[in-house]
Amino acid sequence: MAIFKTVAELVELAERENKKMAQIMIEQEVQISGKSKQDIMDNMAKAYRVMEKAVQRGINENIKSHSSLTGGDAKKLHRYIQQGNVLSGIHVLEAVMGAMATNEVNAAMGTICATPTAGSAGIVPGCLFAMAEKLQPSYEDKLYFLFTAGAIGYVIANNAFIAGATGGCQAETGSATAMAAAAIVEMAGGTPRQSAHALSIALQNMLGLVCDPVAGLVEVPCVKRNAIGASIAMVAADMALAGIEFIIPADEVIEAMYRIGKSMPHALKETALGGLAATPTGKALERKIFGVELVKE
Amino acid sequence: MNYRSVFDIIGPIMIGPSSSHTAGAARIGRAARRIFGLKPDSAYITFYGSFAKTYKGHGTDIAIVGGLLDLDTYDEGIVRSLELAKAQGIDVHIQTSEEDADHPNTAKIELSNGEQWLEIVGISIGGGSVEITSVNGFKLRLSGHHPALLVLHEDKYGMIAQVANVLSRHKLNIGHMEVARKAKGSEALMAIETDQSMGEDVLAEIKAIPSILAVTKLDP
Repeated sequence: MAIFKTVAELVELAERENKKMAQIMIEQEVQISGKSKQDIMDNMAKAYRVMEKAVQRGINENIKSHSSLTGGDAKKLHRYIQQGNVLSGIHVLEAVMGAMATNEVNAAMGTICATPTAGSAGIVPGCLFAMAEKLQPSYEDKLYFLFTAGAIGYVIANNAFIAGATGGCQAETGSATAMAAAAIVEMAGGTPRQSAHALSIALQNMLGLVCDPVAGLVEVPCVKRNAIGASIAMVAADMALAGIEFIIPADEVIEAMYRIGKSMPHALKETALGGLAATPTGKALERKIFGVELVKE
Repeated sequence: MNYRSVFDIIGPIMIGPSSSHTAGAARIGRAARRIFGLKPDSAYITFYGSFAKTYKGHGTDIAIVGGLLDLDTYDEGIVRSLELAKAQGIDVHIQTSEEDADHPNTAKIELSNGEQWLEIVGISIGGGSVEITSVNGFKLRLSGHHPALLVLHEDKYGMIAQVANVLSRHKLNIGHMEVARKAKGSEALMAIETDQSMGEDVLAEIKAIPSILAVTKLDP
């Protein structure tokens, strides 16, 4: 079997063999790792359980990070949703809630599963659990969601980057948003081509996003960028399922993300030297948390 | 292709808050411990680039020391690693460098224990994936995804063939191999990644080859 290196190849393989992109990813994993399909499904089930537990903790426990910068927002949103008067749509907000819950647990040095990174770990599970609520898929389809997201992340990681330090936040939450959008479409019964359009619509909206964490911590703005990333993924998926296309092919959007990341200044790549980290409040928080400024400009 | 597995993307399962600065750092520390092969009594850790600027916020220091204690990325002991290291008698020194490194997330680790000494450089390339880029000054590239063999030997003809012969006899397939040396005719280092795990008998046979100075095995 051929190994896919681009979104175009992944879509073509899925179409030609009349399979889900998740199945193509699983077959490739069997080939590359030499492990059985069962072992690979079991491994993904382990990741799924970690995600589920992190979301539950974030919603139900009183999470607070060591710096006190984050924690408790997922719980607030949970209560708000339960009151039943939401404006933007219940499943969108559930995705946002799951994303924040995961990232708040991450910031508090809890256990999470990186998707594709820890700083962007909320988007994929947030969307997965919201979709599971809406679509009531089989357990296998829930794991397939993660394989499809993984397949997209695999292409992005090998053709561009997934770390804020190398490509800015577009590489982290941008990649996670693209991964989730494609996986939502597949779970909802869309075609591989529609998944690719959802990926493009999602990622083009994250292009240029810088990595500017306050005090160098994976907290502000990370938690809320995961929140809104999840909402973008949901809306991009709906658009693609409506038959809306994006004229720039997915692989070229990924390449654009790469070139933008390459030309992004050092101060905006996880160094805590620019953007929100360099605001008066950002600097004051840094001094408050560490007693001194971490970095000299 | 730097990322080979779907679990490089959906994973690792880890203690927060950063895959590159926490989980990746733990993996670099663990690779150093595995290559060193025993508990060090002193560890000098130098951070470069983004690691140097933001290590406090990401717990990079805590994570890399957790790795030196042979803890995995999801081990809750990582949170207490500095105390655990102290209790085990490991003297930890953390420093930062303004020097330019090839990658923004670079760490150098120097370990010692009596006569034994090791210096490795590792980079955290994102999502928890890492590469070891230097061992005792030899430039190489090890992903830590596959079983690997590090063979230090005298730089002369026939060494690669003899080592490859042993692997061939044991039906071990070489997936990736690199040879590095500091100067012609001095010491050289072979880094060999294999598809299958290697037994102690393989190591013993390689060690017995004349002009082989040291052999270390690294399991993923």
